Amino acid sequence: MAKITYIAFDGTPYDIEARDGTTVMENAVRNAIPGIEAECGGACACATCHVYVDEAWVAATGEPEAMEEDMLDFAQDVQPNSRLSCQIRVRPELDGLIVRIPERQG
Amino acid sequence: MSETIEADVVIVGAGPVGLFAVFELGLLDVRCHLIDILDKPGGQCAELYPEKPIYDIPAFPIITGDGLTENLMAQIKPFDPTFHLGEQVNGIERLEDGSFRVTTDADKVFLTKVVVIAAGGGSFQPKRPPVPGIEDFEGKSVFYSVRKMEAFRDHDILVVGGGDSALDWTLNLQPIARSVTLMHRRDAFRAAPDSVNKMRALVEAGEMKLVFGQVTGLEGANGHVSHAVITDNDDQEHRLPTTRMLPFFGLTMKLGPIANWGLNLHENLIKVDTEKFQTSEPGIFSIGDINWYPGKLKLILSGFHEAALMAQAASRIVFPDKKILFQYTTSSTSLQKKLGVT
Repeated sequence: MAKITYIAFDGTPYDIEARDGTTVMENAVRNAIPGIEAECGGACACATCHVYVDEAWVAATGEPEAMEEDMLDFAQDVQPNSRLSCQIRVRPELDGLIVRIPERQG
Repeated sequence: MSETIEADVVIVGAGPVGLFAVFELGLLDVRCHLIDILDKPGGQCAELYPEKPIYDIPAFPIITGDGLTENLMAQIKPFDPTFHLGEQVNGIERLEDGSFRVTTDADKVFLTKVVVIAAGGGSFQPKRPPVPGIEDFEGKSVFYSVRKMEAFRDHDILVVGGGDSALDWTLNLQPIARSVTLMHRRDAFRAAPDSVNKMRALVEAGEMKLVFGQVTGLEGANGHVSHAVITDNDDQEHRLPTTRMLPFFGLTMKLGPIANWGLNLHENLIKVDTEKFQTSEPGIFSIGDINWYPGKLKLILSGFHEAALMAQAASRIVFPDKKILFQYTTSSTSLQKKLGVT
């Protein structure tokens, strides 16, 4: 299990307990956290689950792979700490992870 | 001048479920017209995941989005549906005799007995970049597609994106433009390597510019852009003379005009019954991801089942006096004749 904090665009924090092996996107959708659309359902095919990883967690979450980097071209207002949350898998080392949700996904 | 087409069934959406509906209706002698905003059949399978494998289509341990679309197109070939691609359905209204008048943004009018809404996640629309006030320039100096190249002649053009659309239009418009700048967020392109090489050669020769960053503002008045404000990857702002901007950030799905058709909705999905998959308006059916009923699962295979049951009810509206015999394709010679296999 890992605690994940999602910070919505309006600043509201949402804390959830996520099971290892699930994705940061799945946990957001399951808990109805506003601002994660995930149109394609986690296939890394739509760039509507874009999040900004808190600077302190960028190293732990790692770099996007080439396919994710390509999909990020379709996301809006991409920053160096941008990730697609369907490609971040929960593991014990990510306990305490903080991600911020952009103003909009599409 | 609008074109009027008489039809038995108009299917809104040519994704996998809309395509399979052609098959089920075809077995019952109903011919279909399909309308889709994309320029190709397949819906999300074609647009979002053409090359990604799908593992939960019955009897296909693995198949790609494109593979599924190709197979469905082959399966419905005997029923010769008419495709109206690159068009959006704007309105559905009921006529006095109970049939429907369906209009599209290409000025087509369909007079049809039955409407089947198989619109998936809604209609695909170009993604709008997060530039403040961009709406004011859309359609006048900011465009998401090129309909007539002449409208770009002698302009200062800014193309944004790193895929094939961005690269293709950069190369096509460069000879007729006053200037062309291609902007992308990074020095890596998804587009075909050949196009990328051609673009880089033009940059080397001083025929166009390539910049890395994001558009953060637009200056201009009355819908006409004069400058784009660009923030480069070192956070420096630049003003680039721009009179035409073409952003290519892919497509997103929006419910679109469906919300205005007077149908009962449940959280932006169309409510249907589970006997006929009919909406709150008799004669308008809805199948696939766009519908909702208790227990709904957004799976392609559920959409196929919904198409089969819908077809039974829809064919009774198209042929009110005809008796429907339930038959199997394995044994019925009349079905096999329709399929062209005997």
